[in-house]
Amino acid sequence: MMGHWLIVPVLLPMVAAILMLLTARMGRTVERSISLLAMLGLVAVSAVLLNASLSGDYQVYALGNWVAPFGIVLVLDRLSALMVLLTSVLALFSLLYACNGQDREGRHFHVLFHMQLMGLNGAFLTGDLFNLFVFFEILLIASYGLLLHGGGPLRSRAGLHYVILNLAGSALFLIGIGTIYGMLGTLNMADLAVKVAQAGPEQLRLIHISALLLMVVFGLKAALLPLYFWLPGAYSSASAPVAALFAIMTKVGVYSIIRIFMLVFGIEAGALSNLAQPWLLPLGLVTLSLGVFGVLASRCLRKQVAYLVVVSVGTLIAGVGLLTVESMAASLYYLMHSTLITGGLFLLADLIARQRGDVDSELRVGPTVTQPLLLSTMFFIAAMAVVGLPPLGGFIGKLLLLEAAVQQPSMAWFWSVILIASFFALIALSRTGSALFLKTDDTATTGVRAGGASLLAVTALLLSSPLLAVYGNVVSDFSIATAEQLVQPMQYIEGVLGPQPSSMVNSMGGEQ
Amino acid sequence: MEILISTAIGFLVACGIYLMLRARTMDVVIGLTLLSYAVNLFLFASGRLTNNAAALISSDAAAYADPLPQALVLTAIVIGFGMTAFLVVLAIRAFGDLGNDHVDGEAGK
Repeated sequence: MMGHWLIVPVLLPMVAAILMLLTARMGRTVERSISLLAMLGLVAVSAVLLNASLSGDYQVYALGNWVAPFGIVLVLDRLSALMVLLTSVLALFSLLYACNGQDREGRHFHVLFHMQLMGLNGAFLTGDLFNLFVFFEILLIASYGLLLHGGGPLRSRAGLHYVILNLAGSALFLIGIGTIYGMLGTLNMADLAVKVAQAGPEQLRLIHISALLLMVVFGLKAALLPLYFWLPGAYSSASAPVAALFAIMTKVGVYSIIRIFMLVFGIEAGALSNLAQPWLLPLGLVTLSLGVFGVLASRCLRKQVAYLVVVSVGTLIAGVGLLTVESMAASLYYLMHSTLITGGLFLLADLIARQRGDVDSELRVGPTVTQPLLLSTMFFIAAMAVVGLPPLGGFIGKLLLLEAAVQQPSMAWFWSVILIASFFALIALSRTGSALFLKTDDTATTGVRAGGASLLAVTALLLSSPLLAVYGNVVSDFSIATAEQLVQPMQYIEGVLGPQPSSMVNSMGGEQ
Repeated sequence: MEILISTAIGFLVACGIYLMLRARTMDVVIGLTLLSYAVNLFLFASGRLTNNAAALISSDAAAYADPLPQALVLTAIVIGFGMTAFLVVLAIRAFGDLGNDHVDGEAGK
């Protein structure tokens, strides 16, 4: 057993944030040191948790020692361990980049950053639906503050849209939770999975409605089709380290969709099994297509990267929507890659924009960047990775996804949309590259050279792509193991609630 | 009592949505507040509406009220309160930055 380790990813950022508030008068150096130390500690703890999850056992931590389903539990399986580690790695490099000076543009950057990490880690670890709502709100209110970091009219406007949309989303989330509780009398995810499978016919319709309400809410966080219009504005106006951290925010929505619709409304949910199937694949593909049009039409690099986030979400949801072990594993591989690379791209876009003076990241003729060779090489690698050209990790991710769709009825759609979208993304990014680095006027460069810490952060995030390709075997073995865990909800239920009566195991898991 | 509660929730939701669609920041703030009141009532009702039922264990109670929705409502109220306060501050700041109170920052649309 893991003892109390499971709560550390939630407590450590919270304690660090409180410490930073208390020592706010002691200067920026103290704040940065606490922040970076806590961040390194968080990466280490996440690695320990991932290591613990490798065995395939479910680690359960009952808060206050109230046993599930009466108390709130934290549950660690491979998926949540993966998401926590991914968050902390991305956050480490975003923080490193911010320490180059952008954390001074407003107050309490580090405090908000750690509060956001607390919410993210909590959302990934919790095994309770209402607790998921609470952690969503924690990460959201921290993200509201972070989005406004630096100030300015653009951020105020984007922030206003973002906050209002998410408040409306929270209202829907609560209605969904209330209906589910009213019908089933529990909010523990494992217990819900048991109760949904046993639900009487008169309850089914309301449970179905509330499940779809939850999908709308998670779709809003993940930026799925009709609900993604807030994303390009918000992400492109946020300051770079914040935007990089936000690359994981859409993945919280994807994670929640995977968790709820694989566990509670998964293959063993009786009459409501595979409830998400008719929705996810088409929504994912349409989101992907519209995202690519956004990438093509963007007039500014930051906005283009924001649309690339929409593209990655669309691809992920389409992959998850195939609902097979292979597609789930491929999606998880793609999730790791796309999160780190889009995070790196946001930082890189900022590096480029800072060296182009008033032109910023707009795609029009401007001064040459101060470090043309370095930045153009980085952009080239990042573009190859995000489009999915060999030999980088993005290629393997897309290849795995395409392979998973073979023999599926939707194969023709899946293949054509993903391949055509990749082609358009390639065109758009080639055009961007030439606009940024080749079509320059002869005005003197005004930008300062990029600092060591920021270059290190961008390089490390971009390196994840070749690393994911080199260690592709290990990573894809892990994602297959994770996917296999996900398609066996009974294991999760027994891990949390203890052994179930055999009659129920038979009725629920008969086909295993 | 069911009819009273459900009418109240429906009325609050209708007013909330109408105000949210007005696209002026203060109207949206009030609309979201009404919506959150409706949601809180709804959550409260999800534990069933009971009269004179004990919330805690007593020796002569025939029926118990479900205490969990009350705890959920309490959490939701606190969160909603904090969010509304933040939104009010943000709305004032956006008014200062953008010069008008339209949510898109452009008056006359």
